[in-house]
Amino acid sequence: MSEAQIKSLEEEFEARIARDEKIEPKDWMPEKYRKTHIRQMSQHAHSEIVGMLPEGNWITRAPSLRRKVALLAKVQDEGGHGLYLYSATETLGITRDEMFEQLHSGKAKYSSIFNYPAITWADMGAIGWLVDGAAIINQVALCGTSFGPYARAMVRICKEESFHQRQGYEITLKLAQGTPEQKAMAQDALDRWWWPSLMMFGPKDDESPNTVQSMKWKLKRKTNDELRQQFVDQTVPQAESIGLTIPDPDLKWNEEKQGYDFGEIDWDEFWQVVKGHGPCNKERMKARVSAWENGQWVRDAAMAYAEKQQLRKEKQAV
Amino acid sequence: MSPRAQSRGLTRKMENENLYQYILGIADNSLILGQRLGELCGHGPSLETDIALTNISLDLFGQVRSYYQYASKVAGNDRDEDTIAMKRPEREYVNVLLVEQPNTDFGYVMARQFLFDVYHFMFLTELQNSKDMTLAAIAKKSIKEVSYHLRFSSDWIKRLGDGTEESHKRIQNAINDLWTYTDELFHQTDADKKMIADGIGVDTSKFKEQYYKQISNVLDEATLEVPDLKYFQKGGKQGIHTEHMGYILAELQYMQRAYPNMEW
Repeated sequence: MSEAQIKSLEEEFEARIARDEKIEPKDWMPEKYRKTHIRQMSQHAHSEIVGMLPEGNWITRAPSLRRKVALLAKVQDEGGHGLYLYSATETLGITRDEMFEQLHSGKAKYSSIFNYPAITWADMGAIGWLVDGAAIINQVALCGTSFGPYARAMVRICKEESFHQRQGYEITLKLAQGTPEQKAMAQDALDRWWWPSLMMFGPKDDESPNTVQSMKWKLKRKTNDELRQQFVDQTVPQAESIGLTIPDPDLKWNEEKQGYDFGEIDWDEFWQVVKGHGPCNKERMKARVSAWENGQWVRDAAMAYAEKQQLRKEKQAV
Repeated sequence: MSPRAQSRGLTRKMENENLYQYILGIADNSLILGQRLGELCGHGPSLETDIALTNISLDLFGQVRSYYQYASKVAGNDRDEDTIAMKRPEREYVNVLLVEQPNTDFGYVMARQFLFDVYHFMFLTELQNSKDMTLAAIAKKSIKEVSYHLRFSSDWIKRLGDGTEESHKRIQNAINDLWTYTDELFHQTDADKKMIADGIGVDTSKFKEQYYKQISNVLDEATLEVPDLKYFQKGGKQGIHTEHMGYILAELQYMQRAYPNMEW
């Protein structure tokens, strides 16, 4: 293909996106578009399955049968989201095994939030309320993204995520209304999860290298800082209404901007965790890698069995 | 109260106690197996099996809730479903030893599941005919879920048995090791016998032969051997468990023990 031809294809491609048309897997797309989507979508899928670990850790210890069932269902949903997102990413010409390989080697990232430990039952509340809350804000914006399979996955996932968020808030609410011990547990969880949740929206706008291109492709509809502000404005009243305190002495209402001003994120901590040195980075990866390695013989067996069955079928046909 | 009324009251109490024990005998199996499967969440050999095992655990806990809620009603005291599930001493749990066996590897997980599912399906099939309407209704609802569990575990026994040399060896080992716990599924406690006589309980002896037959059919198709074993373990139904049980309960009961009398 000549350069002029490619240029014309690119122009037509950008025009389609500008007209809000969806790009489908078999459509022509610039290589950079494909790569960016593989990166972001697989990162999203990895986040879902690594995200199963901190909550999965509490399934055997849930305080009541009702909570145990709800938690199991939630973690199962996350596995389902992972499966759905891996499949959507595969339409771009990469296999799930290749994506796992990238995750296990550290080449692919996942959301840093899951590198923090879930150490009390109240963390199940905080994760649902804050982490899923922050995720929804990111994901609602993605329901209108330009790549069809990703946009459709997001619509479905958002519905379940908003259910998870309500569930998490309800766990926290119950604790906040409980004994002094339970209330302290809820406050402690908010104290630990608040700042990492704010970090989920990524670096500040002026340090976010991918924003301009991502805006054009509708992989982003709002900037990191805008989304972060939306999260703070939405969450502060929720904390207040159940008598919990946001751990930020600089937090105050700004009448002029009709939003909250808030303190500075500890960016050193942010980069430390992103670079692989958070409290649980190594444990999370170890858990994923050992699940994968210990499962090799099982996947091999399934493959061998399927091949044998196929052979038998062919023999019968002859 | 007249002596006769008193004795009537006592008889009713005994009947309730038998029914209560009978319900626990069913529910504790699902509780402990569900708990074991819950340990695996996020650690499965593939995303699909991970989701499926979590789903089976979820089904089992759903059934457990129905049984314990009913048991709580039968007991007629302040024991609610969570007290029953999480506050008994180990000796009062009456699950069979099979379901408390550890998740040694995926082979053991599937062998344990399969050996239990075949029984569970046959048991629920009969329980649907119980004179006790609540138990019959729970059985009717649960059997749909359990028929899926049975299909899933049977398929995996075949895949692993007739897969690779390694998988064949591993699943055969697991079946051999767990075989010793199968006979206990058919032991009948005093409460069981009383409930069978009343048309409420399931006479498991009626399908014991069928159980081993169905298992050997699947093992046969999976190119696996039926273990030739004469000695079996028992005790779970009398609350005498393996050494694993204490650790299972340590996790299961952790919150209820550490923070007693709170709502969650």
